[in-house]
Amino acid sequence: MAGIDCLLNIALPKGRLGEKVYSRFAAAGYPCPALLENSRKLIFENPDAGVRYFWVKPADAAIYVERGTADIGVAGKDILLEQGPEIYELLDLNTGICRMAVAAPKGFRDDTRRPLRVATKFPHIAERYYASMGRDIDIIHLNGSIEIAPILGLSDVIVDIVETGTTLRENDLEVVENIFPISARLIANKASFKFKTSEIEKLVNKLSEETEEFSIKERI
Amino acid sequence: MIIDETTVTRAEQTAFALRALYRRYGYIPYRMGKFEEYDLYSRNKDFLVSDSVITFTDTSGRLLALKPDVTLSIVKNYREDTKGTEKLYYDENIYRFSRGAGTFSEIRQAGLECIGTLDPAAAGEVLILAAKSLESVSDDFVLDIAHLGILSAVLDRITSDSALQEEILAAVGEKNLHGIRTILRERGISPEKGEELTRLLSLYGEPEKVLPEIGQIAAGAGAGEEFEFFRRTLSVFSDGGFGGKIRVDFSVTGDRNYYNGLIFKGFIAGLPAAVLSGGQYDNLMRRLGKNAGAAGFAVYLDSLEQLDDTPSSTDFDVLLLYGADTDPGELAAAVEGLQKDGFTVRTGRSSSRVRAGRTGVFEKGSITWQA
Repeated sequence: MAGIDCLLNIALPKGRLGEKVYSRFAAAGYPCPALLENSRKLIFENPDAGVRYFWVKPADAAIYVERGTADIGVAGKDILLEQGPEIYELLDLNTGICRMAVAAPKGFRDDTRRPLRVATKFPHIAERYYASMGRDIDIIHLNGSIEIAPILGLSDVIVDIVETGTTLRENDLEVVENIFPISARLIANKASFKFKTSEIEKLVNKLSEETEEFSIKERI
Repeated sequence: MIIDETTVTRAEQTAFALRALYRRYGYIPYRMGKFEEYDLYSRNKDFLVSDSVITFTDTSGRLLALKPDVTLSIVKNYREDTKGTEKLYYDENIYRFSRGAGTFSEIRQAGLECIGTLDPAAAGEVLILAAKSLESVSDDFVLDIAHLGILSAVLDRITSDSALQEEILAAVGEKNLHGIRTILRERGISPEKGEELTRLLSLYGEPEKVLPEIGQIAAGAGAGEEFEFFRRTLSVFSDGGFGGKIRVDFSVTGDRNYYNGLIFKGFIAGLPAAVLSGGQYDNLMRRLGKNAGAAGFAVYLDSLEQLDDTPSSTDFDVLLLYGADTDPGELAAAVEGLQKDGFTVRTGRSSSRVRAGRTGVFEKGSITWQA
């Protein structure tokens, strides 16, 4: 693990959410201007602010943190519930807000005589959700374009992330059931937290002050 | 026999150090068979880190398992008529599902169990041994300690619904304060009821700094007795011998069907997950029909391999090249000569695919060193 140096290693999810979250880190006193310059570089340091950022695929952020390569990171609650990593979840960043939901073609009725066929990128979440209801299911693990599965008859329903519902509507699907709300979370490696306690706590405090301001602004 | 330290791995060195440490405290080695009846594990699945166990049928038709855990076997064999307290240590391979490998792995684990009358003195000794175990790996360690009895009392004040308690407990393990607030809100429980718990979780630090406030919280939740045990046990560290490395952290949790009082986890700088894990498991004793207290811990030796220094850029000090007509006796003598000077020596006909510190050509009884 590369985390023994004095910089705080931070894994950010590449993409729009990551950029949004970075601006919050920067506002909280952890800037690294080079990060937003358009380049193919993935690792950025700002020794003055004591941070090293790296861009990772959003679904991998929790892995970098669990393995200690990153001391802290940002991951969606969907990823955390799907992967169940051994980490601390220190803060709800109140951004990247969406929800996990069951969607089906309009007018869908569950045929309870046979197992429900569920297409999803999140097999563990789907499994747990239906197990809690005692419903027998057949999971079809897909990696993308989940929406077409029920249209083509591959599955009866899908379990997926819904943000505005536009994609669903365009594919003649609708939300049947909401499973849980999702937002981006600040996570930390358990061992890093022990050895960089004050640095991590300071960052969490600053970010949570910032998050409150941010939430107020979002609401306005 | 002289042991060359450079050939001993970190895990092996630690295993030797731990065995010596436990012996110094009068713990007795406990050697067990590789197999155990599967029944023991199927009845206590939740105690295991993972409930996947390698099973097979033995020659007489009994269903056996490759040991996934050591504590259960030791507890099973504890006889109550052993008046007083049993103190045992072990260094064993166990077989369990490993998430990283995606299948079963052989894991080397050393640890100890103290079974019998578990008073603050005995429990405190277990904690000292846990701290010293970590210290024998590295000076840069942290031992986090909590008390499940206090935590349970605080949880009881929030709800008596055990499923909900488990849900909250999961958030406790993640230091997930906002998660606890969300759970309470969703269940229509007033946020004030969760305040004691969030306060308890926020108290992270050295015992003398956080104990007074924990005492208040415990008293408020009716866990005064548990707190007194916790305080007295932790007093073994009051001389400050371990600096700030001993910390109270109530995010350390465990399955309350087995663990009740003390629970602790040890971390080493440079390793991403806990390398030591232990606690007080009176509840497990009761489940197995034993009328005694018990505490113990395990050190995961395999995980220490990640600490090994970066591999050297050479595989050995000297490569000695020889030709087809070299006299074997002369060559052997030259090798021994170099070894006497402390070098590691490899002989060979070519230097391809080896990384030597120095390469010499052995010809007619003498060595010509290459630049």
